[in-house]
Amino acid sequence: MLTTAERRRGIGAGLTVLATVIVFVGTAVATLLAWDGDQSASRLFTAYTWSILRFTLWQAALSTLLSVAFAIPVALALARRPRFAGRAWVLRLMALPMGLPALVGALGLLGVWGRQGILNGWLTTAGLEQPVSVYGLSGILLAHTFFNIPLAVRLLLAVLERLPAEYWLLSASLGMKPLSIFRFVEWPALARIVPGVAGLIFMLCATSFTLVLVLGGGPAATTLEVAIYQALRFDFDPPRAIALAFLQITVTATVIGLIALLPAATDTVRTAGRKALRLDGRSAASRLWDGLIIAIAVIFVASPLLSVLIAGLRADLLKLVTGPRFIQAATTSLVIAVVAAVIAVSASLAIVTARQAISDRRDPDLAARLLSTSLAGTSSLVLVVPPIILGTGWFLVLRQFGNVAAFAPYLVAFINAMMALPFAVRVLEPALNDHRHQTARLAAALGIAGPAKWRLIDLPILTRPTLTALSFAMALSLGDLGAVALFGSSDLVTLPWLVYSTLSSYRTNDADGLALILGMVCLALTILGTSGRKEHENA
Amino acid sequence: MRDGIVLDKVALKLGTADFDFDCHIEAGVITAIAGSSGAGKSTLLNLIAGFERPQSGRIFIAGTEQTASHPSERPVSVVFQDHNLFAHLDIFTNVALGMSPSMRLSSQDRDRVENALSRVGLASFGKRMPGSLSGGEKQRAAFARALLRNKPVLLLDEPFASLDTDLRLQMSALLLDLHTETANTVVMITHDREEIARIADRILHVEKGQIATDEAKADYLSRFAAPVSALSGTV
Repeated sequence: MLTTAERRRGIGAGLTVLATVIVFVGTAVATLLAWDGDQSASRLFTAYTWSILRFTLWQAALSTLLSVAFAIPVALALARRPRFAGRAWVLRLMALPMGLPALVGALGLLGVWGRQGILNGWLTTAGLEQPVSVYGLSGILLAHTFFNIPLAVRLLLAVLERLPAEYWLLSASLGMKPLSIFRFVEWPALARIVPGVAGLIFMLCATSFTLVLVLGGGPAATTLEVAIYQALRFDFDPPRAIALAFLQITVTATVIGLIALLPAATDTVRTAGRKALRLDGRSAASRLWDGLIIAIAVIFVASPLLSVLIAGLRADLLKLVTGPRFIQAATTSLVIAVVAAVIAVSASLAIVTARQAISDRRDPDLAARLLSTSLAGTSSLVLVVPPIILGTGWFLVLRQFGNVAAFAPYLVAFINAMMALPFAVRVLEPALNDHRHQTARLAAALGIAGPAKWRLIDLPILTRPTLTALSFAMALSLGDLGAVALFGSSDLVTLPWLVYSTLSSYRTNDADGLALILGMVCLALTILGTSGRKEHENA
Repeated sequence: MRDGIVLDKVALKLGTADFDFDCHIEAGVITAIAGSSGAGKSTLLNLIAGFERPQSGRIFIAGTEQTASHPSERPVSVVFQDHNLFAHLDIFTNVALGMSPSMRLSSQDRDRVENALSRVGLASFGKRMPGSLSGGEKQRAAFARALLRNKPVLLLDEPFASLDTDLRLQMSALLLDLHTETANTVVMITHDREEIARIADRILHVEKGQIATDEAKADYLSRFAAPVSALSGTV
């Protein structure tokens, strides 16, 4: 339905993005490969690197197991109770950690589980002496489960809620008991998606940086990402950083490869017009179990958030926000976030438009199909080559040109844009495809093209998903500590960097205040991005 | 209390919609429920099946009060328009669940499942997954399960609505065969006037949450000017 000129423009924009990303990522990886290759290779298989690799995989596996194992009963309980007072708030609560910067979450967890935290306060009052340690493996597991249980609950609940309403009526009509319903209806539906959810969580935990940096306990509890950061930032040992970087790429590429092999969940659609009616779980024991499971999940997720709020409000917020360091950090963060978000969304639009232009061809040749696949892969390249690796590569490139700090803000913005790219594409692609499906034939039949089509047909519909992608990308950039960690200095201070350095200098009260502000801004952007989304989807 | 199904001054409010049903559905006949969208046809069926509970009034099925009983305790089988089969279970399991919801089956039970499948023309389909079946075959499997359950009442919620004309004719014939064989009470929601003419003995017309008319097929069809053979539209 596109004109030849529109198709050419679309493919041209996609090619530009593809080339830019390949140059950016390729330069970083090529530099790592070329840098003192012999020394790096000899550092690849040392006892130290193996212990770091082992711990990375071990903590990721445990975090995944705990997150999924707890998320399943929570999702089942929420699915069994489609109507209860406060259910919508429970679901909103489960969405909050996704928009929360990892650093802010870590501070919240310290407030609850830390040495001076609420829980240890209670346990100490009860006569136990410091029974819970939030540092080391236990802290990392707590943090990863705090962030990933809500994610898993939402993904699993979505699968259960997508099951046809007739399944629940049939179960009731056939007299299935709870165990039979779990065996024949719920578990088969969950089993299709659990490997994918587990793979995603494993990937997130294996590449986790901020949480391990804050809660990890020295060499015994360090992951590859943090070890790379330490190798460059503290020991300035590029060969070690490079060896670790290659191990990290191997891990991420393997996990992504395995996830890609997993069968995709069947997208079963609920029968139009029939509301899901659950007749099971009406016994007192079932109500009690579901209530207990949901309450535990709510307390586990809400308590660190409340802790951030309470601790933050104790700080002198007015003094903090009027201080020169805050103003400098906020301005830097905002500029970087806006630039990163605009780059990410523009690149995503170009990728999606190019893929549409290719699929618009009646019979795309092999080169066109290859380009389309490459464009799809481009948006996910940052998952294989994580920000810390990109930062390491570019750090080594820029060192050859002198002052790394001079390039640092641009680099952080670009790395943040790369991080946001997969999310922005995931928001924009379905919206653009739906829009095209609904309007392309009619617009072509009416001869509406060029600026008129853009103004009358595209802009009114695509403004919301574009704003959603922009706000997600901004929230991600504003809350990111990973990219700035390598380059942060007195010249380049972002809000997360300011929180982290304030926390490192034991000004906990100020760090709490700053974390509250950072958390509120990121959550506001996430909520802004998702508001009205449902209405659009249902339209 | 009379046989068949009795809704005695049954009242239900769902959101802003009020439903009041007071009717007797004869035992052993096929009753079609007709009416416009949103009139309350599905609500009437849900009340009989036990998926909805009335706020007042009483429901009797086959001479026994069932107002407060669970769907599985009612002497009814249900076939929906779609999603009658669990997509991840094979046809044998889907049908066998009608006999044992925990799938504890004796060899005799297994034979009965196989017989039910044969009876609806799906003899070699046991190991196949629902996704590999046509719309008509899926509905046949649902009928096999209903046959196996052997309940005196069969509730059908637009069971042929998603099938093409030829399949509708085939399925109507199968339904009539099974009805002759079992002499059960069949209550079927349908929008299709030809289907009513082909299958139903009586017609309950639902309007605005109430039974507007309860009449024999000949009376119902005579209200329409065109002869049945010329009718191809929907009600």
